[in-house]
Amino acid sequence: MGMLSERLKSLASNNKKALVAYIVAGDPEPGVTVPLMHRLVENGVDVIELGVPFSDPEAEGPVIQLAHERALAHNVSLGNCLEMAAEFRQADQVTPIVLMGYLNPVETMGYENFAVKAASAGVNGTIIVNLPPEEAVDMSAILESNDIEPVYLLAPTTTDERARMICQASKGFVYYVSLKGTTGAGNLDINDVSEKMERFKKLSELPIMVGFGVKDGPGARAIVQVADGAVVGSAIVKLMAEHKDDLKKLSDEVGQFVSELRAAID
Amino acid sequence: MSNLDGNNESLFAYPDESGHFGQFGGKFVSETLMAALQDLESEYYRLRQDITFQEELQRDLSEYVGRASPLYFAKRLTTQAGGAKIYLKREDLNHTGAHKINNCIGQALLAKYMGKPRVIAETGAGQHGVASATVAARFGLECQVYMGSEDIKRQSLNVYRMKLLGAEVVPVHSGSKTLKDALNEAMRDWVTNVDDTHYIIGTVAGPHPYPMLVRNFQAIIGEETKRQFAEQHGGLPNAVVACVGGGSNAMGIFYPFLEDREVRLIGVEAAGYGLASGRHAAPLNEGAVGVLHGNRTYLMGDANGQIVETHSISAGLDYPGVGPEHAFLKDVRRAEYVAVDDTEALDAFRALNKLEGILPALESSHAVAYGLKLASKMDPDESIVINLSGRGDKDIPTVAKLDGISID
Ligand SMILES: Cc1ncc(COP(=O)(O)O)c(C=O)c1O
Repeated sequence: MGMLSERLKSLASNNKKALVAYIVAGDPEPGVTVPLMHRLVENGVDVIELGVPFSDPEAEGPVIQLAHERALAHNVSLGNCLEMAAEFRQADQVTPIVLMGYLNPVETMGYENFAVKAASAGVNGTIIVNLPPEEAVDMSAILESNDIEPVYLLAPTTTDERARMICQASKGFVYYVSLKGTTGAGNLDINDVSEKMERFKKLSELPIMVGFGVKDGPGARAIVQVADGAVVGSAIVKLMAEHKDDLKKLSDEVGQFVSELRAAID
Repeated sequence: MSNLDGNNESLFAYPDESGHFGQFGGKFVSETLMAALQDLESEYYRLRQDITFQEELQRDLSEYVGRASPLYFAKRLTTQAGGAKIYLKREDLNHTGAHKINNCIGQALLAKYMGKPRVIAETGAGQHGVASATVAARFGLECQVYMGSEDIKRQSLNVYRMKLLGAEVVPVHSGSKTLKDALNEAMRDWVTNVDDTHYIIGTVAGPHPYPMLVRNFQAIIGEETKRQFAEQHGGLPNAVVACVGGGSNAMGIFYPFLEDREVRLIGVEAAGYGLASGRHAAPLNEGAVGVLHGNRTYLMGDANGQIVETHSISAGLDYPGVGPEHAFLKDVRRAEYVAVDDTEALDAFRALNKLEGILPALESSHAVAYGLKLASKMDPDESIVINLSGRGDKDIPTVAKLDGISID
């Protein structure tokens, strides 16, 4: 069992819900990322999703697109993201890191090469947004043989049949994208999420994290009533954009925000 | 299209059930789009068998688009080349002036039969946007066209034309602010509004089933060409030449010839400032295998897998990817892919004007340029067909500017 699974199991056995935070590696500049990852953990984050910048982030809304562009202005590559993960790992051997990105940088690095490097950098899971399980048979096998857990997505429109297949392919947790639309769009419909959770819970034992619309403490609290954890992305990235010219403030504000989320969840 | 159901040895057997052309194609999209793609696929398979749908499509193709488009023997061009006989497939004579409308009519009808009142499209030069806005007007559909803000500046005529047609042009400011970013934004819109919206992709790219259905709507170009050539000349041409941006006009004219192995199929990419300059749009010549816009294909990416900006004098060829079926046809060596630079394309643009009185699109001029070179090396008893994918009125300001003349 990977470190990601283990951490989520231990949270569950202590009746705690998971707080998952997403930032884009290298946003607003490369030096910010590793210290900020530690700051997230200090303020109660259980799992870090580290976004890998890509020139064409198809599934992202405007807030996260701009974060990818800020990072790419510094030429932050997949290789750099792995270096950041490794640096973080030196001081923190317990917080799972899940890389979240798009397939082409991984394809360019080569699946095997990527898996080996990511494992040695201390990466525990991957979410490759534009790689559904059908297209990922080779990738999943290579990742798993390197102790990296591939996480796949569920959507509001996913049928039961597909959901079963996705939950089987997914390791660590399965990520429910709670909105039709891109990251950061619209508002969360908690009744709808609750209904979907009931359906998916019948199909799989895997923990379910819910993301794509969680913006604040009350939203996160509502989510964890029905799911195993909440993923907060756009709200953090937006805060970072607001303070991109004052890096100390950026770190303080993000720390404060995350501790509020933690308090709301517990 | 009964030949689509041929056996597995046949090139007509692709894509396979999961939407792959060998290692290429597929459905590389976020889970949020999967259901929509599955719906589209099953609706398309159903409507392909639906007689009412097919009759309405055929009627519009003949009465609205003006098909069949002529196959024209270009006598003076042939003399100039001094080799094989050159025929031009006149897609420039279609309503709206390019092959794009063949696909748009088909997809707008799909939208109508699927009960979707709104269509969206991406556009680079504005040709596909204009064709989409046109069919939306024709069928009374709401239409929004995504267009990079850089392209909006370069193509003001087509932007205004889309507005006249009642469409809304939505500027895209992300990324390189060009066609690929417009495609990203259209996908994002589709994910959000999939209940009432159909996304009309303009070329044989995107996730399955798009490369297949766009090809099938464009295959009428090749079907007509085959029939017309047999009537006018007899037999089959020795070669068929077409320009390749995303690859829809090329796939459309190639497809019916795939199993006529004696016919050479040649796709012409944009070499921009020259292949050696790195500033071109020729992924089949110079790119590497990767994944973008929902499919695996040849792409222009950097060493880190970021998609790079491309260059071509013709906006319609200025795209970093290419339809997956072309990637497949290259690898199985059924088609050849060459590249023609900006200067050669411009020379061909001028030559066709002077020798035949035909104003070609700059995209199509790439095919003409290569066709001239090819014909000159062939025998007079041989013949080639060049797909003249569109007319060049839209390109007059670009060419005039190079001549130092400003006409706005
Ligand atoms: C006249 C014309 N030819 C060719 C193309 C390139 O597209 P494709 O390769 O899909 O035919 C375009 C695109 O705008 C076009 O307008």
